This record gives sequence, C-alpha cells and structure tokens, in this order.
Amino acid sequence: MAVSESLPLRPTPRPATAPSTWVFLGALAVFTLVVTVMASQGMISTAFVKTLGKTLCLMLAAVAMDVVWGYTGILSLGHMAFFGLGGYMIGMWLMYARTENIVAPALAQQPLPPTQDEIRDAIGSQIFGVVGSSDFPLVWMFSHSLVAQLALVVLVPGLLALVFGWLAFRSRVTGVYLSILTQAMTLALALYLFQNDSGLRGNNGLSGLQNIPGYEQVPQATISLWFLWASALALALGYLLFAWVVSGKMGSVLRAVRDDEARVRFLGYHVEGFKLFAFTLTAVVTGIAGALYYPQAGIINPAEIAPIASIYLAVWVAIGGRGRLYGAAIGAALVSLLSSWFTGGGAPDINLGVYTVQWTDWWLVLLGLSFVCVTLFAPKGIGGLVDLVQARRVPDRQGDYGPDKGAKRQEEGRE
Amino acid sequence: MTLLEVSGVSVSFDGFQAIDNLSFSIGEPELRAVIGPNGAGKTTFMDIVTGKTRPDSGHVLWGEDNRNLVGLSEQAIARLGVGRKFQKPTVFEAQSVRDNLAMALKAPRGPFDVLLRRSVDEGRLHEVAAEIGLEDHLDRPAGALSHGQKQWLEIGMLLAQEPRLLLVDEPAAGMTTAEREHTTDLLNRLAQRHAIVVVEHDMAFVRRLGCKVTVLHEGRVLAEGSLDHVTQNKDVIDVYLGR
Repeated sequence: MAVSESLPLRPTPRPATAPSTWVFLGALAVFTLVVTVMASQGMISTAFVKTLGKTLCLMLAAVAMDVVWGYTGILSLGHMAFFGLGGYMIGMWLMYARTENIVAPALAQQPLPPTQDEIRDAIGSQIFGVVGSSDFPLVWMFSHSLVAQLALVVLVPGLLALVFGWLAFRSRVTGVYLSILTQAMTLALALYLFQNDSGLRGNNGLSGLQNIPGYEQVPQATISLWFLWASALALALGYLLFAWVVSGKMGSVLRAVRDDEARVRFLGYHVEGFKLFAFTLTAVVTGIAGALYYPQAGIINPAEIAPIASIYLAVWVAIGGRGRLYGAAIGAALVSLLSSWFTGGGAPDINLGVYTVQWTDWWLVLLGLSFVCVTLFAPKGIGGLVDLVQARRVPDRQGDYGPDKGAKRQEEGRE
Repeated sequence: MTLLEVSGVSVSFDGFQAIDNLSFSIGEPELRAVIGPNGAGKTTFMDIVTGKTRPDSGHVLWGEDNRNLVGLSEQAIARLGVGRKFQKPTVFEAQSVRDNLAMALKAPRGPFDVLLRRSVDEGRLHEVAAEIGLEDHLDRPAGALSHGQKQWLEIGMLLAQEPRLLLVDEPAAGMTTAEREHTTDLLNRLAQRHAIVVVEHDMAFVRRLGCKVTVLHEGRVLAEGSLDHVTQNKDVIDVYLGR
C-alpha cells in the first residue's frame, strides 16, 4: 500500500480529445473553403450551397443524437422535435421583423402617421390572415426581439427536454418504452402545431424565412454563404463540445450507463441525473442546429417534426456508426445528400423492361434495406471501416507472442 | 460500534417469503461470513441493504445517527458508504481497467462534478491496481481479462469506492488456490478498519476467514457464532450441512 508515495499525481494520460476530432475539424474547414471558392466562381448554384449548409445542420443534429443514443444508450426518437422548435423560434422573429419592414413603410404613406398598435395590428393580420385571425397569440410575445427569440432557441428545446426527461427517467422508463414515449412526444407536438389555433399558423407553418430582415438588398447567393459558414462554425463548436463531454470520466460514466445502468447506481452515481444531462444538452444543440437549418430551407411546418423525421435521424446515426462522433456526422451527410439526389430526380430511372424503377418511389425501400443490412452485418456502420484500416496498420497485441518460452516477448515486438 | 442494524425485515415476492423477520447487525470494524443453502435469502438480504429491493416491513439503520436506509435510492446508499461486489463479476467490459477503476474512485459523483473535475487520483488508482495485481493491465479492455482477473477488478472497484461497509458476494468463485489465499488476506486486512459481510458457499474459505458466521435459512437467521459453534448446531446440520 506504499506505492502511492512513489507515484506523483499526474494527469490522465488519455488526451481530452481524440485525433479524429482534429481530422474532422480540418476536413470541415477545407470543405467550407472549397464550397466558398466554388460558389463565388459560380461553379455551384445557390440552391446547392443551401443544400450543403442544411446538411451541416443535420450533421450537427446527428452528432448530438449519437451522444444521447450511441454513448448514453437512450434511443430518443423525438430529437427532431427539438430541431423543429429551434427553427420555429428563429422563424417567429424572421417573419415578424420582415413583415414589419414591409408594413411600416406602407402605413407611413397615410396622411396620419401610424401608432405602434396600428403597426402591430397590421403585422398581425399579414401573418395570421392565412389562419383567419389577426391577433398575436401569446407565444409571439417576444417575436419583435431577436435577442429574446435567440434565447428561446436554446430555452424552449432545453426546457421541454428537461421536463420530459425528468418525468421519463425518474420513473425509470428505459429501452423501447422510452423510445415510444419520445415518439409520442414529437407526434403530440406535431399534431398540436397542425391546429390553426396553436398560434404558429397551423399546417401553413412559417415561411419566407430565407429573407433576412435588414439584409433585403443582399443577394441570396451571399446569404447562402453566410449561413454555410455559420452552420460550419456551429458544427465545429458542437463537435468540439461533444468530443469534450464524451472524453474522460464523463464519457466513461455515460458509456457505463448505456451498458449497465444498475451497476452504475451501485457505484453511487445518480444515473437519472446523467441521462437528463445528456438528453437536455443534446436537445439544446439540436435546437440550435434547427435554428440554422430553417432559414436556409425557407419554410418550416409541423410536418417537419412528424415522428418519421426523428427516425431518419436514428437511421443516419446507425448507418454512420454509433458511438463515434465522426461516424454520425458522415452518416447524416451521406444519407441526407443521397436522399435528396434520389428523391430530387438526380438518379436515373432503371428500366427493367417489365417495370421501371423510379427512385423517387424506391429510394425509401433502398434506405430501409441498407438500414437492415447495416444493423445485421455491420453494426459499427460506416465508421467501422476506420477500425478495419487501423487494425491493419497496428497489430493489436496484448502480452507475449506465444505461450512457450521460445516465443518472442512483447518487448521484442516493439523493437 | 454498530454500523449496520437490520431489524425485523420481511419481504415477499408473489407470496414467496424471501426474508422473514430477519435481524442482523454488524459493527465497524468487523468481518462476518453469511452462509446458507440456495434460496436462503442471502442475495435478497444484500438487495435490501443496498436499496435494490424495498422491504415490506422492518428497518435498516445505518451509522452513528441511526439513519434508516429503507426508501433511499441505490446511489444514495452507495454514497453513504455501502459498497457491493456481485456474485457474477459485473465490470464494464467495453472500457479499460483504468476507466473502470477511475469511475469507482471516491470522488464527487454529480454530473457537473464528473464533467468539470477531470483529474484522476493516479496515485490512489495505481495503489488499488497494485493491490489487485492488475497494474500491468490498466490499458486493456476489462472484457479481455480472465474470469479471475474480472473478480479482482471488481474487488478493486469496491476498494476504490472506499466504503465503510463492504458486501461481498462469493469473492473466491473461479479463483485459483493462490488467489483465494490472497483474497482471504485482503479481506482480513480490510476487516481491521471496515465492516465486511462475505457471502460464501465454500466452507474451507470461510474457515480461513476465521470470523463470526451467520447462517441463513428460509429468510431467517438460523444460527450465529464461530464456525465451529454453528457447524455443531443441530438445526444447521439438518438444513445445510447434513445434505
């Protein structure tokens, strides 16, 4: 027991972030640079820049999903609800401010200068005319303030996740039952938002979000690049944050919760607290990703947070590779880009003589098949390929080379 | 001084009386062996003390201020100083020996403590690793260890927690003779400062521990005393040793 005196206190030898983090961030920087150059040379369209920017946001959501599912073992099938809420929160300000910029100058033409109330009423009837109303619902209370709505981008998904997670984890709902509960959450939210009197324009959703108030004169080609940069920055920061969270002892405890939560309790850890931490933090980051996504998409409506959206998110992470952040990011990028290629008519139809395979119809079948195949034959997903490469380069030897005395010892192998 | 006092505890599962008005107490320091045939309630007894199972009636009193442990969560009881080693070694196989030990080391347990205080007491970690003979295996995944080494790792995790009361379920299962001797030495040494309850089937092992023995049967204490004393008890011979 006297060993401790001879050993100095030194930091854990494992680095806080794995080398893959720096590779990923470097690749992201190069990607952003290349897209920027190509876009300014006119080599790629504004629409494609927006698609790439949106893909970066989806990658961020997938990285968050990987932390909550791949590391902590909570298969949340409701995380796109947080994504959508983030989009709605920023969308409210975008719609309000832009409508104000149109309505206020028009009213100023009148002989009598308009009062603040008149301007507000005019904005209200512009925004809510489509659902047969002209009054601002209570949820639009802060919509005139960018700062307040930006705060709500973080607070609304965060609070929903905190309350929902607290109720669910406290009752020790786990596994498939928790997944069903998260599906119910996102479904209930979508159904509520579909109603005209929900205050968020029912199934019309919020639109015109690509127009940034105050920057009406700036062409979309430029705005699309701004959002690409912002999305890349958010992805980089989010990736760094999660890489830090899942490293060291926190990562250890989260993975332990995933593998055997009862055992973690006997070590004295409050398992529910750790789950709630992972669930809420990832919900907040997913909300931020959504707030960057929808101004690039231009429109958000309740169909965006239908249960299927969250299932896609899980599929991306599974195909990319659970339990490694870059795997989730690669999976989201690959599958969502392939998806828009196939469903956007990019993929040529296959004429089989008796039947023509049209990818707009058959893409989902292909995706479903790949998901089943990955689950059955390559549970590590695309990220597992990295293991294959590494295993070839570095032989994974533990101990000596053979059982008999003539065998080479471990030390000799290193020489 | 009495550290843990279980009094009048009963629990039944679907009509089966697993623990029937059980009373048990252990001091600090003290080493105690609990023996009994299968289904005697040994594991249920540990489940009650560690908060996994809530008894139908009775008290589990802890420490100087006689705090009732009934109704507290597993993690709260663990933080008060009750450590448990399971019969089947349950270590986190996907993680390294180092990570397993670092998780168990006594330190603040809240999510933000764990996130922000990143330094691990390496001295203490190596001390524990040396005690359990796994110092050269710190970077191996726990899943790659042999059965005996996993047993040791779990004992190491128990030590790292620095509990006041150690509940140890069949510590010597799957160990070689030399390892068993090491385990007995370790338990005897720990018993000079801690309260330890060892559940064991192996009589030779219990004899080497040389401590007071409690015999459980059908959820009740059948006999208590030295090993020689209880093995001469007629009831004990009838239900356990006689078979």
